[in-house]
Amino acid sequence: MHRSYLFIPGNHPAMLQNADIFGADAVIFDLEDAVSITEKDSARQLMKAYFETIKKPNFSIYVRINALTSSLGAIDLNMVMNEIVEGIVLPKATVNDIKMLSKLLDTFENARRIKKKTVIIPIIETAKAVFEIGQIAQLPRVSALLLGAEDLTGDMEIERTKQGIEIEYPRAKIAFACKAFEIEAIDTPFTDVTDDEGLEKDALHAKSLGMNAKCAIHPNQLESINRTFTPSQTAIDEALRIVKADEDAQKHHRGVFSLNGKMVDKPVVDRAKKLLIKAKHFGMLGEEYEK
Amino acid sequence: MKNNLGREIFDQMKAFASSDAFEQEKRRLINTKTTEGSVVFLKNIEETFKYVGLKNGMTISFHHHLRNGDKVINFVCDAIKKEGFKDITIAASSLFPNNGPLVELIKDQTITGIVTNYINGPIANAVGMGDLKKPLIMDTHGGRARAIESGDLKIDVAFIATPAVDKEGNGSGKFGPSACGTLGYAIQDLMYAKKVVLISDYMTDNIIEPELSKHYVDAILMVDKIGDSEGIVSGTTKITRDPVGRKIARDTVKVLEALNLIKDGFSMQTGAGGISLAVVEYVKNIMISKNIKARFASGGITGQYVDMLENNLVDTLYDVQCFDLKAARSYRENRRHIAISASKYGNPFEDNPVVNDLDFVILGATEVDLDFNVNVTTDSLGQIMGGSGGHADTAHGAKVTIIVTNLLKARLPIIKEKVTCVTTPGEDIDIVVTERGIAINPLRTDLIETLSKTKLPILTMKELMNIAHDIAGIPSNYEMSKEPIGYVRYRDGSIIDTLYKIK
Amino acid sequence: MKIGIAGSLESNDCLVTIKDSDVLSIKVQSIVDAFYHDQIVELIQTVLEDVNMAHVDVTVIDKGALNYTIKARLLTALHRMEASHA
Repeated sequence: MHRSYLFIPGNHPAMLQNADIFGADAVIFDLEDAVSITEKDSARQLMKAYFETIKKPNFSIYVRINALTSSLGAIDLNMVMNEIVEGIVLPKATVNDIKMLSKLLDTFENARRIKKKTVIIPIIETAKAVFEIGQIAQLPRVSALLLGAEDLTGDMEIERTKQGIEIEYPRAKIAFACKAFEIEAIDTPFTDVTDDEGLEKDALHAKSLGMNAKCAIHPNQLESINRTFTPSQTAIDEALRIVKADEDAQKHHRGVFSLNGKMVDKPVVDRAKKLLIKAKHFGMLGEEYEK
Repeated sequence: MKNNLGREIFDQMKAFASSDAFEQEKRRLINTKTTEGSVVFLKNIEETFKYVGLKNGMTISFHHHLRNGDKVINFVCDAIKKEGFKDITIAASSLFPNNGPLVELIKDQTITGIVTNYINGPIANAVGMGDLKKPLIMDTHGGRARAIESGDLKIDVAFIATPAVDKEGNGSGKFGPSACGTLGYAIQDLMYAKKVVLISDYMTDNIIEPELSKHYVDAILMVDKIGDSEGIVSGTTKITRDPVGRKIARDTVKVLEALNLIKDGFSMQTGAGGISLAVVEYVKNIMISKNIKARFASGGITGQYVDMLENNLVDTLYDVQCFDLKAARSYRENRRHIAISASKYGNPFEDNPVVNDLDFVILGATEVDLDFNVNVTTDSLGQIMGGSGGHADTAHGAKVTIIVTNLLKARLPIIKEKVTCVTTPGEDIDIVVTERGIAINPLRTDLIETLSKTKLPILTMKELMNIAHDIAGIPSNYEMSKEPIGYVRYRDGSIIDTLYKIK
Repeated sequence: MKIGIAGSLESNDCLVTIKDSDVLSIKVQSIVDAFYHDQIVELIQTVLEDVNMAHVDVTVIDKGALNYTIKARLLTALHRMEASHA
């Protein structure tokens, strides 16, 4: 469960060495768009040396490789595959590419005796991917879907706006697909890194559609993103009251009961329980509830 | 011989014992003089030198309120060289890169001594190379006031850059093309120098509440321009966008909240560094959301504090120096923006210096050591690049002193076994906040108790240093030269450390 | 002559230049020379031994890079040098 995914350019030593302090739940080291074509070799080598050096990172590590349709993607994989890498972020993902990547991962995992299954996070950034989304969300290894709104609106030849009405449909579609197949829905980055208010609004809106995490393209965006995707104290308190009231009702064999004048039934209780699981994961519950 | 911190110091000098040793001493005061307001207006600098009786071997003083835009120091020193004076000691509250032309005068021994609180740029480099004949003396802001009033620093002539003067001979920092706000660092010079000359470029009628009273002034010299207003604005008054700095600032505010230091009627001081400014911004947001009002903020004042004053988030600003033109404007217009002298600010022998009323102060560091000693005077090679300013004064006065610093700067761990130079003794440093953890001085068991109940990453200083070493490797030992070129004088007049020639 | 260059002069990075040479030569100029010069030279020697490169002339201008960065830049420069020959 992650709230924030921070993109860090793969060839940027100064940011690399501070990746652990920004408070990102996950970091995506980028070998694709953030690295110029002439520096791909340098970035791969740096990633490799970095992964071999860090011990026990306090965040999940992902790498965005280059698209598999170019020859670069496979070379990237060869250099960065390491036990420490949780997953691969795949740009311009299609069903076929994901299947191909999965096979490549099988090979590397066997050859390098990597015990765990490296997951795949496809970036939904083509009209075709949005169309195939139900299929993509069900593929093995796929642990989350990431909306790439810049490329997607480019593909659609529509304007990308700060309000984001143009991505309402893909956002909702990704959220539904992810919920249906129990994977994470990661929202597209907010590209104006100086507009803190705009970011907050954008993240809240994504959350309201069912997204449960958001990408950051600057560490300064993380505080707001983490806050947005962590259950608020008010919501936690309310959920605790509901669960408590439900336990009491169970004792008296009542299915439906009222709390503060509102009817509470099973869906409401289930929602409260889900919220508490999340709250616990992010350390928002006091010790007395650590059960 | 060694002082109580184990630092080698010049023989026969008063050795630093502890930061509160001054409490056992009596305040020493030399007489102030009065000129009865008989102020003379002089035509040029040569005539001025004659009038005040400038001679070889004398000590002349300056303030640094015009900061990197000051033209008076260079102007006076250039004339001193032309007139052929030798063996002059410069007692300037600070020296900046724009004072570079003084290097030639140091080399030809027109200038042979420097007493200052902060020095960077070409002069610092020249002194580090051993070019200054006499030992460099580095004071604190409060310590300089003490040195002047006690006669430890005898000033023969004070040349005070004054943004506005009136016909009576009063001076003010409020008006004129080079208005820089308060003149806190010049007040002791005004009161205790044997001769006082105001140098100004703006004459006005009747200054009502002059910072510089004509009763101490001997002469006034009008010149074309005393400063460049662009250089007056400190270069460091921007809130950091650097995510590492912001992380440190956020954790610092969490510390302040955990210690319940942000509550109605609190008082604070922060430096003008990017991290400090970010801390103030976060504190301000908390004050707004929780409807909290501070009693006062003090020290060098920035536009950020002016905003807080004008939005009624803080009652009073005690301003020893305006860091930007917004602060200078506020000082001119707002009765709750009050000027204080360097002595009232941080002189340990004042009855109740402002620093003693501080709930907390946020300060920087170029190095911190396992004993919590802080260096802001030299870099890790011993090159002078700063100085205490008010660092040691506020660290002693404030109830909680917090150092904010990166754990690593360009691979170099900031935490050392021993700092290269002690500016502020560890006994006065309570908390060190870095991006990878927070260390609390073992002397402050109260703070440790409160903060260890939080989720904040509390570590020992040794653990913090080890984290830095894990990342960067253990730095090899660097042997400084053994050749002393000056010393650091603690606010009570004792010697806290020695400065060495660089290799 | 074969030559490979990698890295940059950004802070926390280093610029590595490698040329083929009759004898091994390592020159390091770092902003943290006083504290890490010998460690950087040692690291370069180790990496060169690992990849069996005894005949190169290495120049490093370092802006405070950590060891893994220096190692990565060195390896990239070596590969680029090899490629420049091919």
